[in-house]
Amino acid sequence: MKSETNTQQNQSFTLNMGPQHPSTHGVLQVILEMDGEYVLDPQPVLGYIHRMHEKMGESRPCRKFLPNTGRMDYVCALPFNHGYVGLIERAAGIEVPPRAEYIRVITSELNRVASHLLWLGAFLLDLGAFTPIMYSFDDREQILDILEEITGSRLTYCYFRPGGVYQDISDKFIEGTRAFIKRMRSRFSIYEKLVATNIIFIKRAEGVGVISPDMARRYGVTGPLLRGSGISYDIRKQEPYSVYSDFDFDVPVGENGDSLDRYKVRVQEMEQSLRIIEQALDKLPEGPYLGKAPKKIKLPPGDSSFSVEAARGELAYYLVGDGSEIPYRLKIRVPSYSNLSVLPELGRGILLADLVTIMGSFDLVIPEIDR
Amino acid sequence: MSGYFSEILTGGKSLLVGLGVTFKAMLQPVVTVQYPREKTDVTSSNYRGHIELVRNPETGSFKCIACGLCAKACPSECITVKSEKREGVKGKVLTVFQLDFTKCSLCGSCVEACNKGAIRFSQDYNIAGFTKEEFHYDLLKRLEEMG
Repeated sequence: MKSETNTQQNQSFTLNMGPQHPSTHGVLQVILEMDGEYVLDPQPVLGYIHRMHEKMGESRPCRKFLPNTGRMDYVCALPFNHGYVGLIERAAGIEVPPRAEYIRVITSELNRVASHLLWLGAFLLDLGAFTPIMYSFDDREQILDILEEITGSRLTYCYFRPGGVYQDISDKFIEGTRAFIKRMRSRFSIYEKLVATNIIFIKRAEGVGVISPDMARRYGVTGPLLRGSGISYDIRKQEPYSVYSDFDFDVPVGENGDSLDRYKVRVQEMEQSLRIIEQALDKLPEGPYLGKAPKKIKLPPGDSSFSVEAARGELAYYLVGDGSEIPYRLKIRVPSYSNLSVLPELGRGILLADLVTIMGSFDLVIPEIDR
Repeated sequence: MSGYFSEILTGGKSLLVGLGVTFKAMLQPVVTVQYPREKTDVTSSNYRGHIELVRNPETGSFKCIACGLCAKACPSECITVKSEKREGVKGKVLTVFQLDFTKCSLCGSCVEACNKGAIRFSQDYNIAGFTKEEFHYDLLKRLEEMG
C-alpha cells in the first residue's frame, strides 16, 4: 500500500494555464508539467492571435501599413509607429523637421509612462493586490486624455507619418503635459508606500525569477528585463535615434535580476521619461510639423533597419525594398517574444504562484508576440 | 523568536502605511464615472470618430467633389464613392458615399488625402449595435438627416 501512494505522489501531471487565464494577459497558453505545486516544465504555446502583420506589410504600399503598427502592441503603440516611420524615412531618405522629432519623443515617452502604469496595475493585480490598479489607471487616464487631444485616439494610435506627425501640438497639450508631470511626480510616493514597501509584495517578488546577466544575453532578452539583470542597455542611449541624444537622462539598472528589480527599474524609468518630456518641452523648436514626403513612397532596392526602445524592450524593423511602393520583405523583431523565451528555463522547479509573478513581471503583450 | 516578532511588526507597519494611502484617497473627490448612467463628453475637438461629410456653407450641400482620393488612400478599402454626370453642373456629382465602419481603423488617411476639406471626423463615440449592417454608414443620408 505504501509504495502505491508513493508512486502516486511522484506522478507528474499536465496543467493548461491559459489561453483564458487572467494572468497571461491575453491569449497565451502555457502548458505546465506539474509535480504537485511545483512546475517541472512550462512550455508557452503561441499563435492564438497571429494576424499576419508582416505579410500585410509586404502586400500593400508602405503608407497603408501604418495603422497596423499601432495594433501590434496596443499598450504602447506610439513607439511602434515611431519604428515604422523611422524605417520608411531611412529607406527612402526622407527628412524630418526638428519640431516633428521633438513631438515624437514627447508623445512616445508619454505612451511609455502610460504603458508602465498599466503594467504596474496589472502586475499587482496578478499578485492579488487590487488597490494599485485603481491609482495607476487614474494616472494613465490623464495621459490618455492628453494624447487624445492631439492624436484623436486613446489606445491604438496612428499619429506619426513618414516625414513628421499628423498634426501639430496645441498649447492645451503642452499645459496638460506639464500639469501631468507635476502630478505624476507627487504620485510616486504613493506607489512607494502602497507597493514598494509592502511586505507581502516584497516577499512575493524578491528572489523570484532571477535572470542572470549571462542568461539574459543568451536569450536576447531586452528592455526592463535586461536592465533589471544589471546590464545597462537602452537603444535610446546605445544608438540614439530621433533626437534622444539631446536629452540628459539615466538608464536605471537593477542588481539581482529578480521580479522586484524589474519593478524598481520600470518605476525609475517612468521618472526618467518624465525628465525627457520636461526637457523636450523646454527645447521644443518652432517650425513645420510635417516635412516634405512624396505621396507615393518608392522604396529603393536594398535593405534597411531601424530600432527603437519600446516600453518592453528593443523593437527592430527590417525592410527589403525592390524599387516599388510595396516592401519586398518586412520583418519585425518584437521585444516580448524574446523576453518570453526565457520562461521555459526560468520556470523550471518553481512554485505555480511564482510563475504568475514571473509572467506578470515580464509585461507580456500577446498580440505583439504573435503579430 | 525575535525574528518572528520583528517580522510581525514590519508587516503590520507596512499594512498601516498602505491603509493610510487608501484612507487619504477616500477623502478625495471621486474620479470614476458610473458609465451607463453618467456620460462623459468628448473632451477634445480632435477626437477621431467615424468620418462624416462636411457641408458647404454657400450651397448648403456637401463639399465633396467625388474625386475618390479618400477611397484610394484608405488602407482597408472601407470607403465607397459613386458619382454621376449631370447636365448643367460642372464636374461630377456625388451620389453615394458609404463607409464600412467595421473595417475602418481610424488612421486618418482619408481626411489627410482630401484636398477640399470635405470629410472630417465626427464626435460620435457612443456606438454599439447588434448587427454588422448597422455600421455600414450612408454618409450622404446622414448629412441630409443632420439638416
